Amino acid sequence: MRSDRIVIVGAGPAGMRAALVLAGAGLNPVVLDEAPASGGQIYRRQPRGFTRAYDKLYGFEAGRARALHAAFDADNRIDHRSGTLVWNIEGRRLQTLHDGRPETVEFDRLLLATGAMDRVIPFPGWTRPGVYTLGGAQVALKHQACAIGRRVVFFGASPLLPLVASQYAAAGAEVAAVLDTTPLRAKLAAMPGLLAGGKTGWKGLVYLARLAARRIPYRHGITPVAALGSESVEGFAYTDASGRRHEIECDAIAFGYGLKSEWQLADLAGCGFEFDAGNYQWQVVADEAGRSTVPGVYLAGDGTRIGGAELAEIAGERAARAILTDLGDTGQGAALAACARRIGGQARLRRAIERAFPFPAPLARAIPDDCILCRCEAVTAGEFRASIDRLAPHDVNRAKAFSRVGMGRCQGRICGPAAAEILAAARGVEVKEAGRLRSQPPVKPVPVAAFADAAEDAA
Amino acid sequence: MSGARFRRLAETGRPRVAITVDGAPVEAMQGDTLMTAILTARGRLRVSEFGDGPRAGFCLMGACQDCWVRLEDGRRLRACTTFAEAGMAILTGAEEGADAF
Amino acid sequence: MTGHLDLDAAIIGGGTAGCAAALHLATRGLRVALFERRTVGSQASGVNFGGVREHGRDFAELPLSRRARRIWDRLPELIGSDGEFMATGHLKLARSDEQMASLEDFARGAADYGLAVELITGNRLRADFPWLGPRVVGASLCRSDGQANPRIVAPGFARAARQAGAQIFEHEAVEGALRDEGGFRLETERGRRVSARTLINVAGAWGAKVAAWFGESVPIEPQSPSMQVTEPLPYRLPVNIGVAGGDVYARQIPRGNVIFGGGRGWNDFGAITSRAGGGNVTQAMGRLTDILPWTRHVHVIRTWSGIEGYTPDEIPVIGPSDTTPGLIHAFGFSGHGFQLGPAVGEVLAELVFSGGSETPLAPFAIGRFTGAAAPVGAQGDGRDPIAAMQQGETR
Repeated sequence: MRSDRIVIVGAGPAGMRAALVLAGAGLNPVVLDEAPASGGQIYRRQPRGFTRAYDKLYGFEAGRARALHAAFDADNRIDHRSGTLVWNIEGRRLQTLHDGRPETVEFDRLLLATGAMDRVIPFPGWTRPGVYTLGGAQVALKHQACAIGRRVVFFGASPLLPLVASQYAAAGAEVAAVLDTTPLRAKLAAMPGLLAGGKTGWKGLVYLARLAARRIPYRHGITPVAALGSESVEGFAYTDASGRRHEIECDAIAFGYGLKSEWQLADLAGCGFEFDAGNYQWQVVADEAGRSTVPGVYLAGDGTRIGGAELAEIAGERAARAILTDLGDTGQGAALAACARRIGGQARLRRAIERAFPFPAPLARAIPDDCILCRCEAVTAGEFRASIDRLAPHDVNRAKAFSRVGMGRCQGRICGPAAAEILAAARGVEVKEAGRLRSQPPVKPVPVAAFADAAEDAA
Repeated sequence: MSGARFRRLAETGRPRVAITVDGAPVEAMQGDTLMTAILTARGRLRVSEFGDGPRAGFCLMGACQDCWVRLEDGRRLRACTTFAEAGMAILTGAEEGADAF
Repeated sequence: MTGHLDLDAAIIGGGTAGCAAALHLATRGLRVALFERRTVGSQASGVNFGGVREHGRDFAELPLSRRARRIWDRLPELIGSDGEFMATGHLKLARSDEQMASLEDFARGAADYGLAVELITGNRLRADFPWLGPRVVGASLCRSDGQANPRIVAPGFARAARQAGAQIFEHEAVEGALRDEGGFRLETERGRRVSARTLINVAGAWGAKVAAWFGESVPIEPQSPSMQVTEPLPYRLPVNIGVAGGDVYARQIPRGNVIFGGGRGWNDFGAITSRAGGGNVTQAMGRLTDILPWTRHVHVIRTWSGIEGYTPDEIPVIGPSDTTPGLIHAFGFSGHGFQLGPAVGEVLAELVFSGGSETPLAPFAIGRFTGAAAPVGAQGDGRDPIAAMQQGETR
């Protein structure tokens, strides 16, 4: 059993911590990750040759990031294969591109720690140069020491909203405004839960205070109207809570509505899914220790349940201990229970965050007809609605087949949530009744040349 | 084509890396992604295949697939996850059709 | 959701043929209902390559295929949509002299059916198709062939059939059927009881299972195509491409994506799931760059598959049952039924109304498999739905 091949996909906090726990038990886990260095998105490292200190990069999380990076780097029992895209799962075999070359990796136990990305709702002008996700704006700063523009508007409903805006301000970028789609009343209602949740809730207040200290306007209850400009962003138009229209001059916009799990590989592995009402999205079914519905496939981190870096790290430890238990190690009970306690202890905070930054579904349902819905295929919301009217698809996969929405390079990662809302609105049902877009290999585009060459070599 | 989009806020002392964008020389820095290298000099990365205008990336984490650029030799690179290397010759305009033969 | 339906014709299977039959029968005033276990056009009719081709067919299929080709031009008047059909022509490539000889043989034989196929070699090949790879030594071109979007054709026929008065029930599998003196009796997974004078079996890879309910054995093998699509490229492939030997095929849609396939995918027939296969995906990429070298640097953005029913001789079963009056079969199109579907719908309607067809069907008789082994998938969940219905079991 101890010779089981254990493979972890994803080198963010969940995957890194899981690898450390497994290595600590004397195993040699393989960690596959697309990025050139470990850390995932939240603890993403700057490239070699950059000199900014940890606290500049990770703020309040600097200590945790430093500790995890250092431990992971020092552990030579972990076989970390960076630059590896896992693009398919067939049975117990992962198909990968490692530095652009096709390889297969066999496993007996697989831990998917594939992380998350921004969840967005299209708005008029959102495909123009200058409009980015909140997470993307943060990556530009953390990884490249760049701002996405000279003068930036931040909007949406996401824990990243005050965080990234204050990071931009601190780094010397001009923040034109921070515009929250959540009504102030809803935000205040969530406040007791946030503040009772320990340090995390208070950090949000610190970001708001930092923005206020710089006299950066922070508005609640706004509705986005459009990114202004022809070839690129020249401003942002929105309506305030009273319905009055405002325009702000800017050359960049960052927006987002929380995170959504990157669960495509879990889907290809055959894992079960459920609609999570709190996170308001489809998530992979996991038991109390991180086991999926497929024997030998485990789950941890934001790829399974949106919860942030701290929870992801605990969930990574928990899944690793579940693997050890399933390998016959009977001594993991107490540690597993401790993980469960720590995760349970954050439940109230998670619910408060979900309430403080709710996904504004009505906004998705109201996307104007002439607005591009699927940016890969340049299909407008109106074209999507017309295809629904014509062929009456029951779920998003049929709607995709009829309209090409979600059929492009990103496979619906970006437009999927909004498309589901539009379909649900047309059918007069809850969004979960519209289903979820099935994943198809390759989970990200793969170059024909790499495989054609490999086929030639083998011939 | 509009001017630079990204603005460097720090880490500006890195060694320079010479690339070309649409045939014109661009001075990037070691550790720049192609996205950073191009957008600190230009306003776009690509043009939508469906006639709805230029694009300049979106998610910056390899998920949205909206920042693929071409090299003059035909290869395609995802600008947000590929580092700039000296001598890269990048094209950001619409790909040409049948006359490419 | 239970209820009783009294029909002139019940149709099992929501592929193009079934939906087209429903359209024609309803248009002629029959009470008709179609039952589909998933959604219309979700397997062979909807996931195929999208080739609309007479070129390269078994000659036995050519009369039916010729008839189908005329319908493809009339899709807008028939279903209110052209199904994205374009008569781009179909170019079949030879990568050896032997393969070229096989293309010449086909061209000669096709002339007897009035199908024009041009043979192209040498300088003209390079001049007319400068985008072909150097290994291609010759080709045959059927200009009247083309391509269409399989995702919308069967649903288009279903929509038109509904408008003509047919009932289309999706997510409702027929669990069993039998014939007694009153006609056919069916029971669906939702407990619906159906009686019908005529039963049409267009159940694709599941067609053999339906035939087995009536004591007819057809050895159907469920197979899955291995389909891939690239990112959009400038439009430069104006013709649908196949090869002698069939190990790769490709077309480009005006939006720019190159759709290609080759080899077989994987399926779990019981669970009704399928995928493009890893090894075949890779091989097809190599073969694609071999015939179309300019695809070398592009990315594949998606792969897919579905479940198609193959007969041993790879031509379908079409025609009346040998055992059961009023039962008509059309299944086992063996991976190349997309072009035929609209004509099969017409033929089925003819068989219902007159017992015969103007199109020769003798090669497709189910009797050619008499005595064959029990079909794959004929075994159900252990429950014998026919016996249960005979005993009047209620669910």
